[in-house]
Amino acid sequence: MTMREKIEEAAARYPDQRSAIMPALLIAQREHGHLPGLVLEEVADILGVERIWVYELATFYTLFHTEPVGIFHLQLCDNVSCMLRRSDELLRHLEEVLGIKKGDTTPDGLFTLSTVECLGACEMAPVMQVGDDYHGDLDITRIDALLDRLRATVRQATGADLAAAGPPGE
Amino acid sequence: MFEPVLLRNVDVADGHLLATYEAGGGYRALAKALREHTPDEIIDLVKTSNLRGRGGAGFPTGMKWSFVPKRAGKPKYLCCNADEGEPGTFKDRIIMERDPHQLIEGMAISAYAIGAETAYVYIRGEYTLAICRLEQAIAEAYAKGYLGTRILGSDFNFVVHIHCGAGAYICGEETAMLDSLEGKRAQPRLKPPFPAVEGLYASPTVINNVETLACVPHIVVRGADWFRGIGPDKSPGPKLYCLSGQVRKPGLYELPMGIPLRELVCDYAGGPLPGRTLKAVIPGGVSAPLIPERGLDVGMDFDSLAAAGSMLGSAGVIVIDDSTCIVKVATRIIEFFHHESCGKCTPCREGLNWVVKVLRRVEAGQGAPGDLEQLEALCKGIFGNTFCALGDGAAMGLRAALAHFEHEFVAHIEERRCPFH
Repeated sequence: MTMREKIEEAAARYPDQRSAIMPALLIAQREHGHLPGLVLEEVADILGVERIWVYELATFYTLFHTEPVGIFHLQLCDNVSCMLRRSDELLRHLEEVLGIKKGDTTPDGLFTLSTVECLGACEMAPVMQVGDDYHGDLDITRIDALLDRLRATVRQATGADLAAAGPPGE
Repeated sequence: MFEPVLLRNVDVADGHLLATYEAGGGYRALAKALREHTPDEIIDLVKTSNLRGRGGAGFPTGMKWSFVPKRAGKPKYLCCNADEGEPGTFKDRIIMERDPHQLIEGMAISAYAIGAETAYVYIRGEYTLAICRLEQAIAEAYAKGYLGTRILGSDFNFVVHIHCGAGAYICGEETAMLDSLEGKRAQPRLKPPFPAVEGLYASPTVINNVETLACVPHIVVRGADWFRGIGPDKSPGPKLYCLSGQVRKPGLYELPMGIPLRELVCDYAGGPLPGRTLKAVIPGGVSAPLIPERGLDVGMDFDSLAAAGSMLGSAGVIVIDDSTCIVKVATRIIEFFHHESCGKCTPCREGLNWVVKVLRRVEAGQGAPGDLEQLEALCKGIFGNTFCALGDGAAMGLRAALAHFEHEFVAHIEERRCPFH
């Protein structure tokens, strides 16, 4: 299905097209990786709604990204339950091995590092979401193994040895 | 020995599939409701059971349903609040991931009771596995005739749609959720009108939490007396408790409402980590004021916790041990509320900004005499002066930390450093 078809299918669930803006933005973000202005305008045109309605949602909800993010968006929870399980040490480690600060993306475009509010998986704190997946009961060893697996996924997909171009500290 | 009801399928292989759910007696409650009861009888049954909302506020579910006008001349809606954002809470995620049919059956019976033919499940966007499992389960339920038109040969028609949230805690507030569902920025509405009269698309709407809806099939099958026989009469039923933080066995526990907090933390969840002692427990997600160790003999139900100056909230029980700085915890909690403030009303938006600044400087050892008085003055300006409970929750949590652990705040200011670093 094209993006337009997916959005139209989602819109059929509501009596009012405006309700379909959120699902449409989620669909568009999956398609494009993030939501630049042109995509927001396309969504507004497909649904036939005011552009400002689309913009105001894209900038209100934290899961929408109007700026590009890395292939892997590392979203480390640092709310209370994870903080009590030393998420701050994991953040320092991630910043060190990736060579970036939270909020930034590695120069190779592989990783964006963010801290997020509670992911609702406190039984496996400290926890981090990467793409669709939750990774729990994390420690430094598991974080390192996870980063290696993620790099290997990209190597397999592209055939290029991106690790060679990766940041120092491996 | 308490028999788990809500979690009975959670550790079963393929517990999320319809075949497993049916093998355990699933959808018999829906069949019974449609064949043996009128909608009003279901409302009365739930009223008699004393089921109170599991999302946090504890409002009586049957009474909420009875506020929906019988002849509205408009479609009625059921909304399932699955936007589980209260830090320390993960019960609804686990129900949806591992036993989604329990929720679907609960929704179908509830919709029949209030006369709704459409439901929206507002589920937080991060919960990708729960979304996927719920989508599969809804498709299975349609295929077997538990959803759709003329369900199980009755005149009842019912469809369920999933609506994914996009990372805004405020959507857990029911009127903000309705605005979000209508495609607006999620900001609470002024009440009245209440959603039961004028909710989604200005139509009568009931909003219930996932766990609340999951209780309904069991009440239909086992009866209101069974439900009321578990825990305190005014706040009864099986209850899901989310244990996290500095405790040996974090996880989801199903136990009677009213179980003593100390028993929950020390017996079921194994107590503090090796070599540590308990300092405080947050009993109901970060909106609930913390309780110091000496107060842990309180019952985990709406009324007992309210009487103890805290609240059951979402039953997200966060355990804090003696290695942890309360000022750091309080600062992190207020940072959360500040981040999630929707910006609609000034006391919450501006007040929490001030509170965060003062708390951060106290935690960093740069506090000044008078800072604690300033924090109390800010709490006074926020509490009771906001559109919704977000600001109240922030102020109550901070006040409890100040009341029970004032000495830690004072030590930060006098020693000009965090004593825990």
